[in-house]
Amino acid sequence: METIPKMMLQFARGNKRFFLISVLASALASLMGFLTPLIVGFTIDDVIGGTEASMPGPLMRLYEFILTRGIITNALIICAIFVAVCSIVAGIFNYLSRVNMAKCAERTIRNLRDKLYKHTQNLPFEWHTKNLTGDIIQRCTSDVETTRRFMLQQLIEVLRIGILIVTALIIMFSINVRVALVSAAFLPIILTYTIYFSIRIAKEFHKCDEAEGELMVRVQENLTGVRVVRAFGRERYETDMFNEKNVAFTSKWLKLGTTFGMFWGVGDIVSTMQSLAVLVYGSVLASQGAISIGDLLVFLSYTLTIMWPIRALGRILSDMSQTSVSLKRIKEILDAPAEEPEPGAICPPLNRDIEFKNVTFTYGTEPVLKDVSFTIKHSNVFGILGATGAGKSTITYLLNRLYDLPEDCGDILVGGVDVRNIAKPYLRGHIGLVLQEPFLYSKTILENIDIATKGRNLQKVREKAEIAAVDDSIMSFSKGYDTIVGERGVTLSGGQKQRIAIARTLMMDCPIMVFDDSMSSLDMETDAKIREALRENTAGATVIIISHRISTLMTADQIMVLEDGSVAEIGSHAELLQKNGVYKRVHDLQSGMQQ
Amino acid sequence: MSNDTKTQTKGFSLALWRRLGPYFSKIKRRFIIGAVFMLINTVTSASYPLFTRYAIDNFVMRETTEGIGAFAWIFGAVIIVSGLCFAFYIKQLMSIEVSMGLMIRKDCFEHLQKLPLSFFNKNSVGYLMGRVMSDTDRITSMVSWGFSDFVEMLCYIIFCVIFMFILSPMLALIIVAMIPIAILISFYFQRKVIGVNRNIQEITAQISGAYNEGITGSKTSKTLVIEDTNVTEFGKLSQRMSVETVRGLRLNAIMTPLVMSLGSIALAVLLYRGGILVGDNLLQFGILSAFITYAVMVIEPVVFLTSIMSNMMLAQVGIERVTALLGEPETIKDTPEVVEKYGDTFNPKRENWEPIKGEITFENVWFKYPDGDEYVLEDFSLTVPPGTTVALVGETGAGKSTIVNLACRFYEPTRGQVLIDGKPSRDRSQLWLHSSLGYVLQQPHLFSGTLMENIRYGRLEATDAEIIAAAKLVSADVVADRMPEGYDSNVGEGGDMLSTGEKQLISFARAVLANPPIFVLDEATSSIDTETELLIQNAISHILKGRTSFIIAHRLSTITRADLILVVEGGRVSERGTHAELLEKQGRYAQLYRAMQEGVQA
Repeated sequence: METIPKMMLQFARGNKRFFLISVLASALASLMGFLTPLIVGFTIDDVIGGTEASMPGPLMRLYEFILTRGIITNALIICAIFVAVCSIVAGIFNYLSRVNMAKCAERTIRNLRDKLYKHTQNLPFEWHTKNLTGDIIQRCTSDVETTRRFMLQQLIEVLRIGILIVTALIIMFSINVRVALVSAAFLPIILTYTIYFSIRIAKEFHKCDEAEGELMVRVQENLTGVRVVRAFGRERYETDMFNEKNVAFTSKWLKLGTTFGMFWGVGDIVSTMQSLAVLVYGSVLASQGAISIGDLLVFLSYTLTIMWPIRALGRILSDMSQTSVSLKRIKEILDAPAEEPEPGAICPPLNRDIEFKNVTFTYGTEPVLKDVSFTIKHSNVFGILGATGAGKSTITYLLNRLYDLPEDCGDILVGGVDVRNIAKPYLRGHIGLVLQEPFLYSKTILENIDIATKGRNLQKVREKAEIAAVDDSIMSFSKGYDTIVGERGVTLSGGQKQRIAIARTLMMDCPIMVFDDSMSSLDMETDAKIREALRENTAGATVIIISHRISTLMTADQIMVLEDGSVAEIGSHAELLQKNGVYKRVHDLQSGMQQ
Repeated sequence: MSNDTKTQTKGFSLALWRRLGPYFSKIKRRFIIGAVFMLINTVTSASYPLFTRYAIDNFVMRETTEGIGAFAWIFGAVIIVSGLCFAFYIKQLMSIEVSMGLMIRKDCFEHLQKLPLSFFNKNSVGYLMGRVMSDTDRITSMVSWGFSDFVEMLCYIIFCVIFMFILSPMLALIIVAMIPIAILISFYFQRKVIGVNRNIQEITAQISGAYNEGITGSKTSKTLVIEDTNVTEFGKLSQRMSVETVRGLRLNAIMTPLVMSLGSIALAVLLYRGGILVGDNLLQFGILSAFITYAVMVIEPVVFLTSIMSNMMLAQVGIERVTALLGEPETIKDTPEVVEKYGDTFNPKRENWEPIKGEITFENVWFKYPDGDEYVLEDFSLTVPPGTTVALVGETGAGKSTIVNLACRFYEPTRGQVLIDGKPSRDRSQLWLHSSLGYVLQQPHLFSGTLMENIRYGRLEATDAEIIAAAKLVSADVVADRMPEGYDSNVGEGGDMLSTGEKQLISFARAVLANPPIFVLDEATSSIDTETELLIQNAISHILKGRTSFIIAHRLSTITRADLILVVEGGRVSERGTHAELLEKQGRYAQLYRAMQEGVQA
């Protein structure tokens, strides 16, 4: 629980004045609210009943002042006006309090939201592979919303209720100690059961939350895998699993409902009993003349005034424990170390030779690359062939620092400079990497291709799209380059996605380009067409092509064959064929010579 | 239904709420029980000021404590009854809320299982999740809490008014006169609040969309170095959210004190008028004090009432969307006769299922996508005898996958028909056909869970040994060997921990385990290296023996072995025959074949 105030303060930085204004306004508003019952009591006793007045000094003096000045002779009218004025002033303060609290909470939450987004953008790739998207989004949205609601509605409530109770008690005790004691005696009882229930509710809430998470995962898995579900006719199986989670979720909530009912029912009884006690005891005293009727009414009205806030306290306490869970989950994201700008990182020219020297790398236990050494000559085309899981993609990840090579695991040099000393944004911005399963943003095709370069004209975009052999396909859409892709737009085939991703990378005009199996979904003719166009348009750039297809790799200046994380062979197409090794075997298989 | 539909009705629509009728009727009893508890609780709560009045008039004014003990007992008993009713009422409400949620979610989910695949091309997962989860929540909480709060507040106000008129009609008029003014003011503000809230809903959806894209696309964003662009764009969205929210809160902040001050004005007038009446001995003290309490008690619920109504308008959007989903037509549906005989998706009558031989016939099949205007397949006829391996060759987007999807009845022909074992596929049970399929896709989907669980999806009752055997058969055991916990290793969300090639191997094993009479391999090995592929090919050719199969591939070795090769070009089959026949023809296939051979050997 201690994290709540600390974290909130951290995000509220710069917005504290709104909070202070809000608290002040709220205090003044409740003070004004308290005056009304006092005036009513006074009116009944003094003006109507004609007994001795009991009213705070300054107000009394004001009242007398107005009376003696004789401006308005009818005391009742004065009292009525007092009540009205009090309520208007209280209204204004209430407005100020709410608006300032709203500003404070919204600005703070906006800070939090922006910070979270920025952080998720800067978290290393490794972190993303280890965390479930649904879970992160849930934290960034619902957990933030829980925090927001708490800040907006409950934070000030806690203070307001505190002020309310203390003020009410002070006034009550100043009027009549005995009745005040009767009323105050209920406070510990209320506090006890409130704490008891709020702990229970928080626990049950947590279970409900988890059950909801599981249910969400079921729905998400089913929907994303809908093609697999259908292909195996597993609708019944899926529905059974869903129903199981759905029922579990429901029963958790039912249990919570029972607890809530008990909590609120008990609250209802106890707080009304408080009114009853004050009424009965007060009536006894009043009938004996120990207190005036006006005072009795003041007591009843105060008891009523503090009854609701005290009941609300239970709700607030259970919300508070929920918020602390939410904040903890948000903090887990923010505490994950992000990629920071590195001081002293340099930006050397990258149109130089690339050298891997004795590189060994592991994601976990088994090494993916074992003592790999090779050199890619500047402006050459370099092909990589290897079995599934042989570590081909890892080479590109290490080159553009999606993963950093640990010390003592070899060196990766570009033009003799260790990549670990090169600034990440610079390095990645100058190594055009086309991924195996590229991601397109839900924007237009034009914006997608132009995303990294922004503001180039359509002509340039089409030029690159033509090289990637996708211009024709795009123009065949009714909206052409303005077609929106992804979530809310057309569904593109795997091949179309790969080609758009190639065009996107070409826009960056990089000195180094990497194609990570990025033509696997294309037929051979299109594949050849693209490579031809690339050769003409990327002269001077170093090109790395990863593929399973000999036809894709054979025109490369150098081809490296990876086997189980080690370099098996390296050389040109002709040299490798002569070696009669792995490359030759794969070549023969693919040309259909050996069946 | 597409994602962009914004059929937001303005104003309250009873017809929309009526669509929830079937759910209401199923939990009618709970509604009635809840209403009874609520009624008792409301009447007793509204009667509390009467007790105050009684105490003042009978004890305080008469200066006696006679009978105060009995008074306390009665009042206490009323309080306990009221409290207990309140507890039961809350419990009933929760139960109504979650039971209704249970039913709506179940219906949505089951309906989604029956919708055609083309539906899922148009609607994103995030959008559909929103319908099943958050919209349902919004509806049910409105139906239970909103609806009952509404009735409760209304009853409360009515009872208070009745009590007031019984006590003193004249003073009652003073307070009652304020109610319409309070309602008018509230409505004026609520209308504005609804507008703001709709904007907020829209922006909220965009924000979670932005998070989704920012996270799933993080690898791509990093390689393109566009993190800053993304952050700037998100910042704009976040700012809009902030501005709109403050606007909505400001409206609320004005409205509540404004309406509440009406109560105070009523109180002021009451004091003045009542004071004079009491002074003239025309009114009892007790009655005046009861009215003072009422003045505060009546106005607040009015604000609440109007805010419930504005929330109901927002919930209406949810109802619209959920009922639209439930009303989405099942365009591919088994006929009642088929369901009668073979059962439906959820209750199959397997005992009536005929064994499938695997003969597939296309009779003058034309096809276009529901939302497209061009035919992607034109006048296609073909008979695939049982046990035949058909290879489909052609450019990306030529219509190869369409043929396969029609054979599997994931799509239905626009014109013409597909026959399975001589009977039109429309007269067949979908589940029967799908249960006989082994479908391996180019972009394979794995579920989060272990390797073992993923392969088992092919045949749920398979033993571990059978699963491992299936994996070995297609060389997927290398994936398990590489993973830290073997077959019990987690594959991550959508199989993210594995490379595309590895995912293809696992989904291959999954299909093999199913042991289906019909196999479909759609670019199933495109990301698998050649040597592994060769191993699989040998295994597969054993497996495919005696089974009907469709193979879409770019690789020669896969294609040349097929019994029948179809060359698909622009939605038409331009050539068909065996490898040897087609080579002899010297047509498009021969041209493709040579290009591929030269490509490798040059």
